[in-house]
Amino acid sequence: MSAVLQNLIDQPYKHGFVTDIEADVVPKGLDESVIRLISHKKNEPDWLLEFRLAAYRHWLTMQEPTWPNVKYPPVDFQDISYYSAPKPKKMLASMDEVDPELLRTFEKLGVPMHEQAALAGVAVDVIFDSVSVATTYKKKLADVGVIFCSFSEAVHEHPELVRKYLGTVVPTSDNFYAALNSAVFTDGSFCFIPKGVKCPMELSTYFRINTQESGQFERTLIIAEEGASVSYLEGCTAPRFDTNQLHAAVVELVALDNASIKYSTVQNWYAGDENGVGGIYNFVTKRGLCKGVHSKISWTQVETGSAITWKYPSCVLLGDHSVGEFYSVALTNHMQQADTGTKMVHIGKNTRSTIISKGISAGRSNNSYRGLVKIGPKAEGARNFSQCDSMLIGETCGANTFPYIQVQNNTAKVEHEASTSKIGEDQLFYFASRGIDAEEAVSMIINGFVKDVFTQLPMEFAVEAGRLLGLKLEGSVG
Amino acid sequence: MSNGAGKILLDVRGLCASVAGVPILKGIDFTVRAGEVHAIMGPNGSGKSTFSKVLAGHPSYEVTGGTAVFDGVDLLELSAEERARSGFFLSFQYPVEVPGVANAQFLRLAYNTVLGGRGRDELDPLEFDDFVREKMKLLEMDPAFLDRSVNTGFSGGEKKRNEILQMALLEPKLAFLDETDSGLDIDALRIVAQGVNHLRSADNAVVLVTHYQRLLNYIVPDFVHVMDGGRLVKTGGRELALELEARGYDWIGKQAA
Ligand SMILES: Nc1ncnc2c1ncn2[C@@H]1O[C@H](COP(=O)(O)OP(=O)(O)OP(=O)(O)O)[C@@H](O)[C@H]1O
Ligand SMILES: [Mg+2]
Repeated sequence: MSAVLQNLIDQPYKHGFVTDIEADVVPKGLDESVIRLISHKKNEPDWLLEFRLAAYRHWLTMQEPTWPNVKYPPVDFQDISYYSAPKPKKMLASMDEVDPELLRTFEKLGVPMHEQAALAGVAVDVIFDSVSVATTYKKKLADVGVIFCSFSEAVHEHPELVRKYLGTVVPTSDNFYAALNSAVFTDGSFCFIPKGVKCPMELSTYFRINTQESGQFERTLIIAEEGASVSYLEGCTAPRFDTNQLHAAVVELVALDNASIKYSTVQNWYAGDENGVGGIYNFVTKRGLCKGVHSKISWTQVETGSAITWKYPSCVLLGDHSVGEFYSVALTNHMQQADTGTKMVHIGKNTRSTIISKGISAGRSNNSYRGLVKIGPKAEGARNFSQCDSMLIGETCGANTFPYIQVQNNTAKVEHEASTSKIGEDQLFYFASRGIDAEEAVSMIINGFVKDVFTQLPMEFAVEAGRLLGLKLEGSVG
Repeated sequence: MSNGAGKILLDVRGLCASVAGVPILKGIDFTVRAGEVHAIMGPNGSGKSTFSKVLAGHPSYEVTGGTAVFDGVDLLELSAEERARSGFFLSFQYPVEVPGVANAQFLRLAYNTVLGGRGRDELDPLEFDDFVREKMKLLEMDPAFLDRSVNTGFSGGEKKRNEILQMALLEPKLAFLDETDSGLDIDALRIVAQGVNHLRSADNAVVLVTHYQRLLNYIVPDFVHVMDGGRLVKTGGRELALELEARGYDWIGKQAA
């Protein structure tokens, strides 16, 4: 039976192709001159260069964290190229100017571009390696005052906004990888929803790492002003290489009074092969600041890829009555390792947070939930509910839960529930004895397990995420 | 009911099986014809459930000898799901809980897989809902059980009723009911037994594993067998069950010796 389970979870990675495009790559290594070069290539203002250099100098004083429940050989930060841009890298006005090779890549990835994008009503900002190459629907969004563009573009066209908010949620000194990102980030997405505007469509960004040994350091900044709301989708894939690649992104969200931001991720970076060779190291800092009263930030993530995932999308609930949510499905297979969860930091009065985490482990993988719920002294009437469930497939995988709870206000109420279940031989036999094969049984059990999280995803994404879990778990039986 | 003339549905010869390298079944001969009811009794640990799981194709049990032919087909060559699709049904002594999977969804997939495979139209969720509610009436089951997760948190008796509901849905040629009566209250026993009787026909057969003769008052067996030490050591008519109830199992061993 373990052979049956093995077949089920041994699905080849479908995005493991490399696009043959000439790239403008900075030689490997990191020092101040590399940072100046990146900043220069991107024609950046001085304040941004200073921001980078300050981050870099702080980074030099920091140690790589060792507390996550993951194991990997030390990363050689001098063996990474910190900038890779596909040529030609002039600004592209329309999709017709995009390198056809690149478009074929997008097609293979299933990125909804062109009419597909129009039909789906999705505005897509595509990050290919480090430079944003295409932004659709910018115009329609501009009509209602929404700014949705690459980070580099925002630096040039809306410097006052970028400068006002960059680093205010995740300071450059926040943690090792955030500091590194702040020093060397090359591009990313920028999104600004002005006062009172409900963004008329879902905004979507696909990230993809293409060049071998190029790290990817995107920076995303989303601001929702008073009464504004937006739903943002992020999808990730990467080609298959035998070496490990580093992905250290920073995402900052700011919600002002009565604003709401919903951020959804489906992450399918290359996970390495079944022996753990290759794959992405995904060390990401994502944090939202509920700055205003009655603001709301909701993270939904479906993590299926990467060799190592180290990621804690968090909410700082500063405004009174603000709401933070975290819905997560993390699937690990083969030799994958995930240490993921969230932090809910309650500062304002009557702040509320909900955490629903579903971990699925298969193969020889290891899947940990790590979460912090912190109730500050002034957070009168704060509430948190956390539910962390683990599902084990087979006998050789592991799951852990590390909930940390710190309460400094005795009017607060914090609830934590956890469970571990196993898709065992007897469950599969029960299905089999009703004519249902193992593949369908596993898919049914998994779908039931993740239901509470999937209902939080926007419709198109839920379908894609469902298919992805299916892909990861289906296979020829027997 | 049987006049010994029905066609042979199940023919087991010299069946031996081990689990984790330990021999449990040590040469079982067992023949069931269409229209018959067989009861298997016997002490705890004698191998009754093992026999049922070996026939249903549990992967942990290794068949080490013998044959089993089901409706003309070599049963042992089929996977567990193929056995179910070909009309073999096992009602579990301990039905498994499946949290997160709605019972209705599970039952519908089972129905569509097993009966769809026999050429019956597949039912969509609405059609199936009507259909399954009819079957539940027969067993006086509350439709609320459709929305709950499969067997999850069901009482012992509720699980058994859910098993018989599956039997009613899947219309097996041979139903092997492993201690379906244990855990049922007095009324439930009668209702479930009536349900089973309702499903009987001249074309199918039922094998009951039970410790108590009470069930056999409702579902009258044509044959009663005694399992001991992985063998069927005695076979008789329904009066054997009464005798076992009065005397226990000890005398059989002595008689056989
Ligand atoms: N997976 C297993 N590993 C080891 N021994 C097992 C396993 N499954 C069954 N056995 C042993 O096989 C023997 C027969 O068990 P079985 O469940 O078939 O008995 P039974 O006749 O159904 O008993 P009961 O009347 O108590 O239900 C028992 O001694 C049991 O401990
Ligand atoms: Mg038993």
